[in-house]
Amino acid sequence: MKEARYTAPETLDEAVALLASANGSGRVLAGGTDLLVQMRAGTAKPGLIVDVKKIPEMTTITEKDGSYRIGAAVSGAVIGEHEGLRKAWPGIVEAVNLIGSTQVQGRASAGGNLCNASPAADSVPAMVAAGAMVTIQGPKGRREIPAEKVNAGPGRTTLAPGEIVVSFTLPVRPRNSGDAYLRLIPRTEMDIAVVGCGVSLTMDGDRCTAARVSLGAVAPTVLLVEDAGKALVGSTLDDGALEAAAAACRAACKPIDDKRGTIVYRTKIAGVLLKRAAAIAAERARSH
Amino acid sequence: MSARTYKWIGTRPNRPDGADKVTGRARFGADFNMPGQLVGKVLRSPHAHALIKSIDTSAAEKLAGVKAVVTAKDFPEQENITVPAGEMQVNLRDVTRNIMAREKVLYDGHAVAAVAATTEAVAKEALALIKVEYEILPHVIDVEAAMKDGAPILHDHLRTEGVEPKPTKATNIAKRIDFAKGDVAAGFRKAEVVVERKFTTQPVHQGYIEPHAALASASEDGQVQVWSTTQGHFQVRGFCSRLLNIETSQIRVTPSEIGGGFGGKTVVYLEPVAIRLSQKSGKPVKMVMTREEVFRASGPTSAGVVEVKIGATRDGRIVAAECMVALQAGAFPGSPVGPACMCSFACYDIDDIKVVGYDVVSNRPKVAAYRAPGAPISCWGVESAIDELAIELGMDPIELRLKNAAKQGTKTHYGPTFNRIGFVETLEAAKSSPHYQTPVKRGFHRGVAAGFWFNVGADSSAAAHVGEDGTVTVISGNPDIGGSRASLAMMAAEELGVDYEKVRPVIADTSSIGFNFVTGGSRVTFATGLAVVNAVKEVVRELKIRAAKIWEVEPEAVVWENGMAKPASTNVGEFEPLSLSQLAAMAGKTGGPINGHAQLNAQGAGPGFGVHIVDLAVDHDTGIVTIDRYTAVQDVGTAIHPSYVEGQMQGGAVQGIGWALNEEYIYNAKGKLDNPGFLDYRIPVASDLPMIETVIVEVPNPSHPYGVRGVGEVPIVPPMAAVGNAIARATGIRFLDLPMSPPRVSAAIDAARPKMAAE
Repeated sequence: MKEARYTAPETLDEAVALLASANGSGRVLAGGTDLLVQMRAGTAKPGLIVDVKKIPEMTTITEKDGSYRIGAAVSGAVIGEHEGLRKAWPGIVEAVNLIGSTQVQGRASAGGNLCNASPAADSVPAMVAAGAMVTIQGPKGRREIPAEKVNAGPGRTTLAPGEIVVSFTLPVRPRNSGDAYLRLIPRTEMDIAVVGCGVSLTMDGDRCTAARVSLGAVAPTVLLVEDAGKALVGSTLDDGALEAAAAACRAACKPIDDKRGTIVYRTKIAGVLLKRAAAIAAERARSH
Repeated sequence: MSARTYKWIGTRPNRPDGADKVTGRARFGADFNMPGQLVGKVLRSPHAHALIKSIDTSAAEKLAGVKAVVTAKDFPEQENITVPAGEMQVNLRDVTRNIMAREKVLYDGHAVAAVAATTEAVAKEALALIKVEYEILPHVIDVEAAMKDGAPILHDHLRTEGVEPKPTKATNIAKRIDFAKGDVAAGFRKAEVVVERKFTTQPVHQGYIEPHAALASASEDGQVQVWSTTQGHFQVRGFCSRLLNIETSQIRVTPSEIGGGFGGKTVVYLEPVAIRLSQKSGKPVKMVMTREEVFRASGPTSAGVVEVKIGATRDGRIVAAECMVALQAGAFPGSPVGPACMCSFACYDIDDIKVVGYDVVSNRPKVAAYRAPGAPISCWGVESAIDELAIELGMDPIELRLKNAAKQGTKTHYGPTFNRIGFVETLEAAKSSPHYQTPVKRGFHRGVAAGFWFNVGADSSAAAHVGEDGTVTVISGNPDIGGSRASLAMMAAEELGVDYEKVRPVIADTSSIGFNFVTGGSRVTFATGLAVVNAVKEVVRELKIRAAKIWEVEPEAVVWENGMAKPASTNVGEFEPLSLSQLAAMAGKTGGPINGHAQLNAQGAGPGFGVHIVDLAVDHDTGIVTIDRYTAVQDVGTAIHPSYVEGQMQGGAVQGIGWALNEEYIYNAKGKLDNPGFLDYRIPVASDLPMIETVIVEVPNPSHPYGVRGVGEVPIVPPMAAVGNAIARATGIRFLDLPMSPPRVSAAIDAARPKMAAE
């Protein structure tokens, strides 16, 4: 039996070098709430484990001129207790905090959730709706790409060998902005999204001036639904605009029938959640 | 309601097993270890139905660290005879094939071979080296599909029993059973309103948190010891004895604490395999199933099809009832179709009844008992139909049930006439409960359903030993799955007139107490309770003899009161009462140790009835059902320890709610189980539910000294229909198929929308 080698470097350069030298058998360990489960199930058999929790840049939240940067390995519990984030990005916080249970929250991270590349990841639609930029470091240096560009399909990312997701950078929040994330699960917790929907809005009085909508679990990757955002911008979020955005969401769905939901049900719920999430985001925008 | 006053019965002392359980000290199935033990693992079929052409274990046997490999060849062939397994019946010829596949594999997860190795990693590696050549056969999962002509046949020898003339063609229908009372055709001619519907249910797993686990050690002299998590260690002994041709006295089985059983731990999976591996390797062998193995290979309860027809007069009198129940047994015959048929209309006093049942095999794990096996399935149909009748007649659902309720003297359609039962009292208690008396909140809707279970008695042995300081050990042989140790100790304390803290109950292994039937059928507090009471009575009889000796009077002149021997009257003489501890201290001089024992086949288990009330809301956009309030009302005879009675009522209700709303097995096109884990097999989580309220009704069972009726099974019978009936009132849609999961509820609402708009 081949044993996995465990390392815990203290710098990103070191981590990238280790990962790059593993010839594709390396895996990044943040909270481990996906990786360790996969190893137990025998679906992941890494030769090298690179624990990134000793790298300061990956485990801290910083704020600069109203823009937040969240280290990719920051746990859900830490994000949930961050006053600034809770005020500026309640949708992101609630999405991250929906992952697993209270115990899992002590370990699970937004970076891990993104790199696990599940179409049903809860934090990803919220990050995409927020317009989060993802900082990636690899053997060829640093780059930044939008959150929606990281996943390539179920379990697959666009990361090159040796690349590590370092952090999420959230844009400066204009006044009267709000975001929300809703997911549908048959139970009330400890479940995987049948559909997830993130909405981020900016309001000017009753009128919506900016909107981004994202859907999870309805396609091979989390989707940014630009048409849904467009349907909301310029409107007062009246029934007509909400129905148009819901229709855009339904049109964007390319789901599968599986043990967690049917094509028909997922498509319908995408529209339902859009309306409900938009209402919550709008309420937050008005009171922000 | 209980007329007698007691010192201990009806109180809520701490349970004797509580401290160890909350501190983690209690030992469950996987917590037993022996020096030098090996790890046993099972190779399981990846196919739903296939012939085994060959098994080559040579590479696995050669792997360093592998100490034994077994296949079906290592287990003797068994006769075609049926023996009891808890509340179910099993055929030994089938049992040996279920623990290790012989000619063919019959479901995804069916055991094919097993290895014992020095480590789990080596054992797993060895499994991968076993080469099994399969010839894949067409499979059938669904019960109705399995009944059709041309369905893939699981067993070439199977002919439908109970049909005349005896069929000659192989079939998946193992048995037909018929029950009749009166003339159902004549009954329906009197009906002014008839409800006729076809309902289905999905198999559901018992969902015990603790997986199956066993440790076996076979000695060179032929003696065998087993430690396992089971509801019946005598049953484990019996099965291992028969399956391996070992005399029962050579096998000693010690039960662990149990992390849930609900009926599913009344059969054997690992124990005979672990013994065989231990015999072959000469080392103790420990086997623990993974959660995936539990789902793929251990018994759920049946899927069912229930066709119900009920006829009533306009004033709400049910005049005729008919029901067809087809239950899926899994890979081998033996579904709980009998109890399903018998429980169907047991709640009601109806003149003309006809019930037909079918036992059907299909390519799924063999079903095992699950809380009131079969009853929840037929009652889902019957109680839904009764609700529809109530709506048709414009009657309150409790009033309709009261008008037709079975009572003392009602003759059932399956034979017996009820002795003293408490269904009317239970319905009345439901009607006057705080829940039913409170108007339903805006946006919510209310459902009601009833349920019945026989409860059983059967074989029990017990002993009571008085220690030298006058404290007492109560020894029984039933694993405690619901607080029975506390109840037994309380009854012993009551009978003896001593403090509960002076009585310590233990569960003895198979070599340390006489035979006990499994913990099942809600029988332990009743039947083993009876044995404990009788054992204590023997102690009391002996104590009176000892006091008589000391006082030099006749034993008849001594009475036992409040834990003390006293002269029966002043005529006997002036004697200071002798306490239990005084008599114990003098035991050596008065005749030796003071012990009592009793063994019996308990008759007169009191049937139980329950009525559940639920308020819920349906999200019309998502199909999600939210339960706001839930009350379980039940006649328990006498609640010995009310907290554990309430716990049983709450637990049953919650399992039933899971069955109603989300639990189902999802098989892919190849017949492979797609959701073998708690993530996608959705039992309720705590946040899904409100506190389950309980109303205990006490109509004492005349066949038990303290009036005990079984408690644990009745509460899983009503929930599915209660939830369905509330959903019907919330949506106007009668749901016929379980589970009523969000996609199904949403689809039904959407399908009904254009129709509603058109109306």
